[in-house]
Amino acid sequence: MNKTVTFRIWRGDANGGKFVDYTTEITEGLVVLDVVHKIQAQQANDLAVRWNCKAGKCGSCSAEVNGMPKLMCMTRMDTLDITKPITIEPMRAFPSIRDLATDVSWNFRVKTKIKKFNPRKPDCEDGTWRMQQEDVDRVQEFRKCIECFLCQDVCHVLRDHHKHDEFIGPRFLVYTAALEMHPLDTEDRLAELKQSQGIGYCNITKCCTKVCPEHITITDNAIIPLKERVVDEFYDPFAWVWKKLRPKG
Amino acid sequence: MATNYETHEYDVLVIGAGGAGLRAAIEASAAGVKVGLICKSLLGKAHTVMAEGGMAAAMGNVDDRDNWKVHFADTMRGGQYVNNWRMAELHAKEAPARVHELEAWGAVFDRTKEGKISQRNFGGHRYPRLAHVGDRTGLELIRTLQDHGIHQGITVHMEYTIVSLLKDGDRVVGAFGYDRERGRFRVFKAKAVVVCTGGLGRAYAVTSNSWEGTGDGVSLAYHAGAELLDMEFIQFHPTGMIWPPSVKGILVTESVRGEGGVLRNKDGKRFMYDDVPENYRSQTSTDPEEGWRYTQNDKNAKRPPELLTRDHVARCINREVKAGRGSPHGGVFLDISWIKEKIPNSAEHIKRKLPSMYHQFMQLANLDITKEPMEIGPTTHYAMGGVRVNGDTQATNVPGLFAAGECAAGLHGANRLGGNSLSDLIVFGKRAGEYAAKFAKENASGAINDAQVEAAYKEAVEPFERPAGGGTEGPYQVQYDLQNMMQTNVGIVRLQNEMEFALAGIEKLKARAAKVAVQGHLEYNPGWHTAIDLKHLLTISEAITLCALERKESRGGHFREDFPDKSPEAAKYNNVVSKAADGSMKLRRETIPPMPEALKQVIEEMK
Ligand SMILES: Cc1cc2nc3c(=O)[nH]c(=O)nc-3n(C[C@H](O)[C@H](O)[C@H](O)COP(=O)(O)OP(=O)(O)OC[C@H]3O[C@@H](n4cnc5c(N)ncnc54)[C@H](O)[C@@H]3O)c2cc1C
Ligand code: SF4
Ligand code: SF4
Ligand code: FES
Repeated sequence: MNKTVTFRIWRGDANGGKFVDYTTEITEGLVVLDVVHKIQAQQANDLAVRWNCKAGKCGSCSAEVNGMPKLMCMTRMDTLDITKPITIEPMRAFPSIRDLATDVSWNFRVKTKIKKFNPRKPDCEDGTWRMQQEDVDRVQEFRKCIECFLCQDVCHVLRDHHKHDEFIGPRFLVYTAALEMHPLDTEDRLAELKQSQGIGYCNITKCCTKVCPEHITITDNAIIPLKERVVDEFYDPFAWVWKKLRPKG
Repeated sequence: MATNYETHEYDVLVIGAGGAGLRAAIEASAAGVKVGLICKSLLGKAHTVMAEGGMAAAMGNVDDRDNWKVHFADTMRGGQYVNNWRMAELHAKEAPARVHELEAWGAVFDRTKEGKISQRNFGGHRYPRLAHVGDRTGLELIRTLQDHGIHQGITVHMEYTIVSLLKDGDRVVGAFGYDRERGRFRVFKAKAVVVCTGGLGRAYAVTSNSWEGTGDGVSLAYHAGAELLDMEFIQFHPTGMIWPPSVKGILVTESVRGEGGVLRNKDGKRFMYDDVPENYRSQTSTDPEEGWRYTQNDKNAKRPPELLTRDHVARCINREVKAGRGSPHGGVFLDISWIKEKIPNSAEHIKRKLPSMYHQFMQLANLDITKEPMEIGPTTHYAMGGVRVNGDTQATNVPGLFAAGECAAGLHGANRLGGNSLSDLIVFGKRAGEYAAKFAKENASGAINDAQVEAAYKEAVEPFERPAGGGTEGPYQVQYDLQNMMQTNVGIVRLQNEMEFALAGIEKLKARAAKVAVQGHLEYNPGWHTAIDLKHLLTISEAITLCALERKESRGGHFREDFPDKSPEAAKYNNVVSKAADGSMKLRRETIPPMPEALKQVIEEMK
């Protein structure tokens, strides 16, 4: 059965914008992105929106649906109350480009500053390593990240306090955790985590974990263990001496 | 005279940042040349990210009987022997090293009990061969290359679209394009250009490909004088989602069948047992119990018929649906939930082995695959055909122009085996980067021709200058009409008169495309982007149809109802398409060079 729905979509660019209402018919089984595309095809050919996979795998279609950071392609219409207009806004923690597309280039710049993976010497003569599945489970959880940046969008340190120069945000804490907990990695990233990357700004509100479409337990599994490592490294004198005496890896 | 556009200059310009493009860029930069990398989406969002099942490499970690020879023979058998045998040989030999290299760059594959990279079964591969990470292997591949690549000094231009390759005489010397965010045009000057633009599924109405898969690189190369190969070979993946309508085409990974999933028609019958092709009979089980043991890695069991090659499974599904034995929404049932009869904690097992499939169906179709069967049907998935390249160097017939990944042709012949694409990207991406860098070192830069740049600019912005009304129309309707026409007339089952109808239809659509009008501005304007894609879609559709008409037999992804059998004559050639001097598309047959004795012997041994 067809139903009518109103989408209140933010239209504009870096200089400002406004909400515009679009009313359209929807059929069974649609997701928010389908409706946005329908509006784009029929009423607003130049509506800017990013997407690729339509299956929650690429992390392109991030937006705020009724104020909640979501992947539009994975938000089913039957989970929303369509008796009221549904607001669709771009991620607010990033500068606008146009309509639903935001300038997320900061994220790409942040990543280049994190020290790259640096493996220990291969375990075997043929240049390969041995790792047990249980030793990589945790890292694989972090590597599920699709870089949708929804966690960055919701984190108050970035969204409300604009600490983009001092804090790398939950996405890159997850990224750093994946490197630090990689069984083969030999690099040490704790000093910059504490200083230039600002892990101390995170006060464990867990908002990032709640919005992660990949269900990565960002706070408990990545950030808290990293905080503990930073504490051990810099504030625990015994651990500090121990670390200096015993070379890593 | 200098052009009016901001110009970026590189030794090697790579167009496309999927697995192939990233690997090419990494290799070229490692060779010490200056590299630019261009992509239509943000970095890390290319189609490669969607690949699920795994990448094929004969490492022999799970079954030590595997080696490059078996992989080579499997690839040739799957491709029905019209493959470029040199590429199949190099691919089988080099894939293991390329996979190990990914591990050295930080990839974390699933492990075997001995702590090695685990490998899984996939259709057409004799032994468990696919290195994988759950069902998100493409994400692991692209992220590993991306995270390694960003420290290599490569300059990345994200959200740029290339609309034309630029030439100096015979040679390609750069590319022209615009940034999608602001609509500013740029000239990219380069000593060598590598196209790695991926697939062309968007020429069809039902496809697993994203909006990016419009065959740009194939079309760009063709218009720059490159030859195209075997465009008729399109892979229709047997299992795409069909319900609800908005998800139609989205892929359901073959791993569902690899993990024991079975296909049934509406009467509950496992119809795949009814039709096992001659050359696979000795490897296929006739007993469901044995098939199940195969999926659980019993080395002595033969594979179930659900894991036959994709072209065959897709046609069997098509047959069931046409005969009225399909599911309610016009597909068949794919059932993994039945394994609860075999495994105690089956729901947990399925969620662990197929996490993203579980979520995909839960969220998009409101269906729990651990409890209920899925409804699936064929979807346009992969182009075996594409730009014709040299098997060793990935060079095209146009000096300075290279191609790798899905947009290049040869490795897969008439049908690609699952998992052979991701390995293709890293094996031939690397080679393309290596030889493009070599070319760049050996050749001075060419000259950019301003008239070419101006012509390309005019062509690109023309849709804005056509006022709405007065015989113009929007781009979307033309695109839909083309997609529907290709789906109906040049799809899974083909017929002479239908394809002739399509060829005539393409001419009419070309005329309509020439009158498409768009509104708004150059900034992030999807309507305009669609108008630009039309040229590529029309070019490749014409090439696909021409080749499909020419091949009067059925082989791999190309099935003709009017010529349902393989022809020994047609086994001897490839179709080659190029642009004639008058601008028309011409087709010729190229005899496949004889295979060296040593390789022939490998195929004999593995029969
Ligand atoms: C759902 C799905 C699952 C799959 N699973 C598997 C699997 O398990 N195993 C396997 O081996 N294969 C699989 N495949 C196939 C495989 O993923 C693709 O063939 C492969 O990823 C293609 O990689 P590529 O590098 O050639 O191109 P892509 O990854 O498609 O990248 C193309 C790049 O070119 C850019 N580009 C295109 N046109 C232009 C232009 N005009 N200007 C600038 N840039 C441009 C794009 O932006 C993009 O960056 C799967 C495919 C799909 C759709
Ligand atoms: S837990 Fe930390 S990183 Fe996550 S949203 Fe809260 S403050 Fe930000
Ligand atoms: S951690 Fe989760 S929310 Fe954050 S970018 Fe990755 S997938 Fe998105
Ligand atoms: S389109 Fe890829 S995550 Fe939504």
